[in-house]
Amino acid sequence: MKWFLVRRLLQTCLVVLGLSLLVFMILHVTGDPALVILPPYARTEEVAAFREKMGFNDPLLVQYARFLARAIRGDFGMSFHQGQPALDLVLDRMPATIELGVAAMVFALALAVPAGILAALRKDKLADFVGMSIALLGQSMPAFWLGLMLVMLISVKLDLLPVSGRGGLAHLVLPAITLGSFTAARVARLTRSEMLEVLGQDFVRTARAKGLREGAVVGKHAFKNSLVPVLTIVALEFGTVLGGAVITETIFAWPGVGRLMVDSIFERDFPVVQAGVFVIAVIFVLLNLVVDVAYAWLDPRIRYT
Amino acid sequence: MSARAVRHPRLVFGAAVVAFVVLLGLLADVVSPQDPLRQNLGAKLMPPGSHERGWGWHLLGTDHLGRDILSRMVHGARVSLFVAVIAVLISGTIGTAVGLLSGYRGGRVDDVLMRVTEVQLACPFILLALAVAAVLRPNLRNTVAVLAISGWVIYAKVVRSRVLSLRESEFLAAARALGATGSRLVLRHLLPNMLSTCIVLATVEAARMIILESALSFLGLGVQPPNASWGGMLRDGKLYISSAWWYTTFPGLAIMLTVLGLNMVGDSLRDLLDPRLKV
Repeated sequence: MKWFLVRRLLQTCLVVLGLSLLVFMILHVTGDPALVILPPYARTEEVAAFREKMGFNDPLLVQYARFLARAIRGDFGMSFHQGQPALDLVLDRMPATIELGVAAMVFALALAVPAGILAALRKDKLADFVGMSIALLGQSMPAFWLGLMLVMLISVKLDLLPVSGRGGLAHLVLPAITLGSFTAARVARLTRSEMLEVLGQDFVRTARAKGLREGAVVGKHAFKNSLVPVLTIVALEFGTVLGGAVITETIFAWPGVGRLMVDSIFERDFPVVQAGVFVIAVIFVLLNLVVDVAYAWLDPRIRYT
Repeated sequence: MSARAVRHPRLVFGAAVVAFVVLLGLLADVVSPQDPLRQNLGAKLMPPGSHERGWGWHLLGTDHLGRDILSRMVHGARVSLFVAVIAVLISGTIGTAVGLLSGYRGGRVDDVLMRVTEVQLACPFILLALAVAAVLRPNLRNTVAVLAISGWVIYAKVVRSRVLSLRESEFLAAARALGATGSRLVLRHLLPNMLSTCIVLATVEAARMIILESALSFLGLGVQPPNASWGGMLRDGKLYISSAWWYTTFPGLAIMLTVLGLNMVGDSLRDLLDPRLKV
């Protein structure tokens, strides 16, 4: 276990390093970052002066080393438009995004896990068919369209919930449903298939044979054993949710990191884009690390090589 | 045939939906009731079933510039399918090649390639797409490029694990004993064994690509106006959500139906061809 931890930590460092290269390359894929950053009407001398000032004339490796040295200290440069450190801007918006992400996950799990279990217990019955049809629909629906439809029906037509912005619980409902729907669909389908697999195993038959109540068989024996794969997906889905927040936040004018990034892209404010991509990706990597370690701890049968 | 079709209603339904959309996209110029770009500010935001004098019916209404929504949706189908098909072909080819190489060669090559996939998987797709779209000016070609770059990892991972499980199999040992060399082993013996897996993956990925393309266009970072795309229509329609329900409803339905069809085909193909695959 100790060596597994060490290995996994080293691997994580490597991935973060790779991410830093990726984020660095965002600006350099076209070959000339100065032209990417400056507006098209910038004069040639201005471009040349800017290139010199930003150090774009240095070898790429030198530039990357400089970028990395700064990034380690949390310095992604100043925002071009807001005159503040890019990382601060991103971190300022983080609580709103996390609030939305957690609400979306809570919605998804509260709906999907019971639905998945029910579908598995009533396999090939009406409840299974209805539940899984809804899940398939949920997986096929673009989340942003669901968001628009919810706004149209619930906020505009029925006037029940606010259209946009961040505030109390009422503001959270629609964005959370929008963001959580895809995850809910995936988790419901996965819970069902995992439950079916576990329910077919010998120890479940034994539990039934020794006269355990069905509730105990399902709750204690089957559900707990199907939980590990479900939890893994949940952690991975959290990354998807953070990414999906970009779109949801745009629809609902939610003041989170995603909206900040979309705005920054249109303003061509690259330090903020770079800081945002990096922060979200690193959160995602760390979540994966936690899951892997928890996984090894929960299920000692897993051997890592 | 019909008896077998009855046993797979989801496959038949999904395939029918997909075929219908493909047909619409291919024949867009013929079946589209009107010119998707023709504007008429006098006929803007007309509800479904309206009739415009001297021009004809607007079965699904008109948009904020008086363009026929049905016609734009039909042309949007062409864009969505084109982007999805090309992106899947590119990412599938790259991913499969990487997976074969990584799994068959192992060692250093495998290590490096797998680290690269990890880095890419660590970056939620939409962020990657946003970043790239921000630097490369948004247009159709760059949209395809972004989607293709984002999609290859899944093929690489799945193909690699299949290769690993087949590497020590007897048919491969037999081929090797008969004198087959590396490239022949990979192309003639391993690759055919990956095809069913890849077909399932490609179907599900095509569905994902359609959603992602529409999401990018919705954010204004994909297909650019005035060209019709489903995501772009939703972007414009969002502004008229309180006055023109049809503007946002129908393009979204088109996306959903197409993706649903592809997912149904993908699910049933997986059950038929490769039940162990988890997508």
